[in-house]
Amino acid sequence: MKRHLPRLARIAGHAGLRALPTAIGIVILGFFLLQQAPGDAVDVLSGESGGLSTEAAAALRHHAGLDQPVLSQLAAYLTGLAHGDLGWSARFNVPVTSLILQRLPGSLLLSGTALVVSVLAGAALGALMAAREGSWADRGLSVAALLFYSLPSFWISLMLIVVFSIHLGWLPSGGSQTIGGPEGGLAGLLDHARYMVLPVTSLSLFYIAIYARLVRVAMIEARAQDYVRTARAKGLSESRILIRHILRNALLPLTTVAGMHLGGMLGGGVVVETVYGWPGLGRLAYESVIGRDFRVLLGILLLSSLLVIVANALVDILQGLLDPRVGVSHAA
Amino acid sequence: MSHPALSIPAFAVPHAITPLLEVQDLQVHFGSKPAVRGISFTVHEGETLALVGESGSGKSMTALSVMGLLPDGGRASGTIRFAGRDTSTLSPAARRALRGGEIGMIFQEPMTSLNPVMTIGAQIVEALRQHQPLSRTAAKARALELIDLVRIPDPKRRFQDYPHQLSGGMRQRVMIAMAVACGPRLLIADEPTTALDVTIQAQVLELLDRLRRDLSMAVLLITHDLGVVGQWADRVAVMYAGRKVEEGDPSALFALPLHPYTQGLLRASPRLDDAQHYTQGPLTEIPGSIASAAGQDGCAFAPRCPQAVAACRAAVPSLRILESGRKVACPLAHQD
Ligand SMILES: Nc1ncnc2c1ncn2[C@@H]1O[C@H](COP(=O)(O)OP(=O)(O)OP(=O)(O)O)[C@@H](O)[C@H]1O
Ligand code: SF4
Ligand SMILES: [Mg+2]
Repeated sequence: MKRHLPRLARIAGHAGLRALPTAIGIVILGFFLLQQAPGDAVDVLSGESGGLSTEAAAALRHHAGLDQPVLSQLAAYLTGLAHGDLGWSARFNVPVTSLILQRLPGSLLLSGTALVVSVLAGAALGALMAAREGSWADRGLSVAALLFYSLPSFWISLMLIVVFSIHLGWLPSGGSQTIGGPEGGLAGLLDHARYMVLPVTSLSLFYIAIYARLVRVAMIEARAQDYVRTARAKGLSESRILIRHILRNALLPLTTVAGMHLGGMLGGGVVVETVYGWPGLGRLAYESVIGRDFRVLLGILLLSSLLVIVANALVDILQGLLDPRVGVSHAA
Repeated sequence: MSHPALSIPAFAVPHAITPLLEVQDLQVHFGSKPAVRGISFTVHEGETLALVGESGSGKSMTALSVMGLLPDGGRASGTIRFAGRDTSTLSPAARRALRGGEIGMIFQEPMTSLNPVMTIGAQIVEALRQHQPLSRTAAKARALELIDLVRIPDPKRRFQDYPHQLSGGMRQRVMIAMAVACGPRLLIADEPTTALDVTIQAQVLELLDRLRRDLSMAVLLITHDLGVVGQWADRVAVMYAGRKVEEGDPSALFALPLHPYTQGLLRASPRLDDAQHYTQGPLTEIPGSIASAAGQDGCAFAPRCPQAVAACRAAVPSLRILESGRKVACPLAHQD
């Protein structure tokens, strides 16, 4: 293990070096793209409140810095960023940072849980399909995987609500906790969990479908490898061969893909969080698009790209831990 | 060393009683396609039997049948006895105890036969602890000894290495260490040097020969390299298209091959006896291909045999035992 620390450090270093320019590039590009969109937050506010006076609108714009030339707005934004300031929300009239920090835990909880659930369920189903290759269970699950892979998540969300909240009444259809319900403790936690079941399921099904198919193929490939024959030649039991030799190798591609999907899950949250009224970044993003609140949107963009970069770095390190061939300099 | 009797350790049971490995009429099919078509042979305690034949003649499938490790879709029939016990009657657990415990095997492909994500130390330890009640530390100590035994320098360091950090020759040594870890009575070496550089080949073969003496193992040495046979084997069996066509003492067999296929194989072999083959013009390959044996009635070698007559295609030639003890499956072959 100790001998591999330099290699892991190198992997982490590479990831860090790549991260900074990527993040800056995303911010600048995002800034100009959003600038192209018609209207601004003040237009929307004015529309909602039934018309603001020109003076009032100008004052609002001035307060939010929206009346400056584009380049000086960008310069001001970047200067703020350098100090950890994401700017001011013209719509909610609070700092973007506090707005985002308030929603971040909800999103991380949702996408993190969805990621864990997808990986576990996908690996288990994929392993089952591979073990029963060609059987009816395998074929049935393959068809189901294809189905959930192609169904849009808003449709899945709505169907789940129709079945489990409206018809069966088992689970709440939206929100994140019962109003006036238990706070804290085990009861509070369980209450929270009940609200998470449907959103997490809606978000996960697509990824479970992908992972199950991925793991199925990887397992079938891995168990035909020469080293599995070697393991049999040693007289190992089938369960030991499965765990130590087949699964360990077959799950390597899953770690790569799942890590890359963390970003996708945060993005997929936009639809799911909106449908379920889940207080997360996704719904905030949706609200800020509707409200033309571009500073907030930009902040979310920056934060999500940072999260994706961090996730990718973690995946690289995890891969380095799992696969000794990763991150070896080519001279070796 | 070319006399079987001499290689038997003094303390071994006289082999006339029960052979260590006895294969009778082994057949292997993939669907309706035959890979091995009824082969019989024995290996005695402490003896090295070489199984020779060109690619596709069924050597690996024969070896894998003994291990009970045929690839998916392969079906074996016939009898395989190890130390007198019919392996087909053993429970799965007893079969596993045999594999890696009493029979070790090394494979043709050293580059892919080790698990890429486990250290070689862990892979050797795993083989040890499967069959012996060793503590972690004891197993590690034993693994270090084994790494040293197969002449890998700096065992402590190598223990921590992953397969990709080792050369092909080193990986094959690791495979050997794993195969002999539990002191097997039989070692099956399936073309252990085919994938290696020529310079490494001799070293690995020497290692195998030393180990089989030190550990008094019997060896089933599979090869298509006749040079290897002459030097290391006590007895040699020549295979063609899933059948044994000739068997005998290596030096006698090389001096006077009787089966037309063995004769062709010897002519095509560059490394035998003296240096004359290197100087006397190009190698003579056996014309034609082993693929011509598929669906062939009678002698499978007939399409490529320079001496074939009409009768050869009528019936599969039976294996005759000549006075000298040589066995040959060709009615035209005779000892002058
Ligand atoms: N998995 C498989 N499926 C179908 N046929 C197979 C399979 N493995 C081997 N065979 C067939 O079995 C026959 C014997 O193969 P085998 O591997 O035993 O040959 P070999 O003598 O070991 O050759 P080589 O020197 O190339 O290793 C070949 O004709 C091959 O086509
Ligand atoms: S039986 Fe006939 S074809 Fe076969 S090896 Fe002998 S002579 Fe050749
Ligand atoms: Mg082979």
